[in-house]
Amino acid sequence: MFDKAYSGKRLDRDDALALFNSDDLFGMGKAASFIAENLHGKKVYYTRNRHINPTNVCVNRCKFCAFSRSAGEDGAYAMTIGEILARLAATSSPFSELHIVGGLHPDWPFSYYLDMISEIKKAYPRIQIKAFTAVEIDHFTKLSGLGLRGTLSELKSRGLDMLPGGGAEIFDSNVRGRLCPEKIPAARWLEVHEAAHTLGIKTNATMLYGHIETYEDRVDHLMALRALQERTGGFQAFIPLSYQPISGAIDVTRYPSGIDDLKTMAVSRLVLDNFPHIKAYWIMLGEKICQTALYFGATDIDGTVVEEKIAHSAGASSAEMLTTGEMINLITKAQKEPVERNATYEEVSI
Amino acid sequence: MRLALHPERVVTFIVDRNINYTNVCVNKCSFCAFYKDEGDEEAYIIDEGVLMEKIRETISLGGTQILMQGGLHPALDLSYYTSMLQKIKKEFTINVHGFSPPEIAYMAAKAGLTVRDTLAALKDAGLDSIPGGGAEILSDRVRSAISPRKINTAAWLQVMREAHLLGMRTTATMMFGTIETPEDIAAHLEAVWRLQAETGGFTAFIPWTFQPGGSPLGRTAGHATAADYLRVLALCRLYLDNVDNIQASWVTQGIKTAQVALRFGANDFGSTMIEENVVKAAGVAFMVTKNDIINAIRSSGFKPAQRDTFYNVLNYF
Repeated sequence: MFDKAYSGKRLDRDDALALFNSDDLFGMGKAASFIAENLHGKKVYYTRNRHINPTNVCVNRCKFCAFSRSAGEDGAYAMTIGEILARLAATSSPFSELHIVGGLHPDWPFSYYLDMISEIKKAYPRIQIKAFTAVEIDHFTKLSGLGLRGTLSELKSRGLDMLPGGGAEIFDSNVRGRLCPEKIPAARWLEVHEAAHTLGIKTNATMLYGHIETYEDRVDHLMALRALQERTGGFQAFIPLSYQPISGAIDVTRYPSGIDDLKTMAVSRLVLDNFPHIKAYWIMLGEKICQTALYFGATDIDGTVVEEKIAHSAGASSAEMLTTGEMINLITKAQKEPVERNATYEEVSI
Repeated sequence: MRLALHPERVVTFIVDRNINYTNVCVNKCSFCAFYKDEGDEEAYIIDEGVLMEKIRETISLGGTQILMQGGLHPALDLSYYTSMLQKIKKEFTINVHGFSPPEIAYMAAKAGLTVRDTLAALKDAGLDSIPGGGAEILSDRVRSAISPRKINTAAWLQVMREAHLLGMRTTATMMFGTIETPEDIAAHLEAVWRLQAETGGFTAFIPWTFQPGGSPLGRTAGHATAADYLRVLALCRLYLDNVDNIQASWVTQGIKTAQVALRFGANDFGSTMIEENVVKAAGVAFMVTKNDIINAIRSSGFKPAQRDTFYNVLNYF
């Protein structure tokens, strides 16, 4: 497998499975680092971003989600556009990327989302808006009646720059049926991303791992993403999301060990040879495993975040924000070169 | 090297309780957020009844050791410690792992006794083994900057040497991530290696990183990252080829980094750390922690085993 990686040959399904079953953690890390350095040298990217989760009211109630509420339930909230703008105005540090994801609110019309994007873009024309997972986009198509391309085009015309990679979870239909039966099926998730790519909207992709899925499920997930990327080239980063053990709503005795986190990072880098970046998302991994992942093929650590509700609802023990100084220190101490980027991976300094 | 020393892929842990008998300390090290002056309103000396209850609870939870450490309290003399040990040993069968070298040196100086006689008195009273704390970095340049009132390198090593010669086993620690250089770390490892070559008394080595929260030094130093920790841990495993066990520090690094540390040379997961201030709910808190540790070891691909102070396996899971 490693010979293939070092000579630039594509790993197949059996290779990927053998890697997951292998105990050669350091061999994987070395090969993944080789690929990462071929693509980006010593560079590791970070961004100044801010998350906004406009509502936790959601018609889906996925088993692993500790964030969502039903309408009217204790703790349910929904922000007005005015409230969103006030939060952005109150953010003391500058940011270049705004990340917006939330629940599927039963009462909000499509126009609410269009207005949200327009108003934000009007107030902050230079900030890139990365908003709405494929699950939300699918929900919008039912509200708009415009079809997938029409819905995405409308959002794009208002200022949507990019789609985040959430809602992918695990593509396998059996696991998906047990984890999140109400959520769109894998085929639809891929369809939304393909449509976005054909409209020139870049996207990310994720995989929630370490719960009830098997290594085969992880490999199939990666293979499906690689196949779509081969057709469109529209994915920027793949983000393996480490299941948070404390959410506890599904029966999981196994949660990903730090070793599994690193292994998954390395295998992702080796298998997804057509993805520019593998991201070590510090919110889910914690700062320490995030940093260690830079030795296992990761070339992006996400950003300052500022305010995060979803992973923290599930018990993530990471901080709610990192300063740029902390991110630079983390990257530098891993003997890499920190590079500030915007949402579309252009090098910036704001 | 870990695999060569521990080919059976077992990772051990101990069920014990950390009891800090006083927070009053004359040393006032710059990296410490725990110490208080004698007159401070938060200053305390543990109540004997509370101490006994904590030990009873530890035993009822399957604990085999108590780790007794505290500040250098100017009003406590050697008889306080020996009578405490005697009372514990009279009532309980439990290993007392207690009093780091700075505490022992302070007791000896106050009693006007040699370190050897002080250790002999403590041993007679029931002290079983000695924790490796207070080593910080065994470089007098660093010590004089961050803990100028604490015993120097030679004195720390001398307490350990005397303890080993009396047949007591001890651990050794290293706190890094303050102001030390790589040379200081190398000097520390060399000092421990040499004493171990002489006595063979160290059971384990425990490197951990300075935790900056709440201490004066934390305002200016203390940014050892996971990469620093794992690199130093691997170095410790490679350098200290005469020390059997290297502990991962989940308390300072978090469970996930401690799991990764098992692939960087560590073969022990340390202690379950029954919470000090958890009183009534201790049973529940403990079960979660112990199971967490067993799961953490198992999901890392190793076989979890509870051990005693001397690294004998008591129970496989």
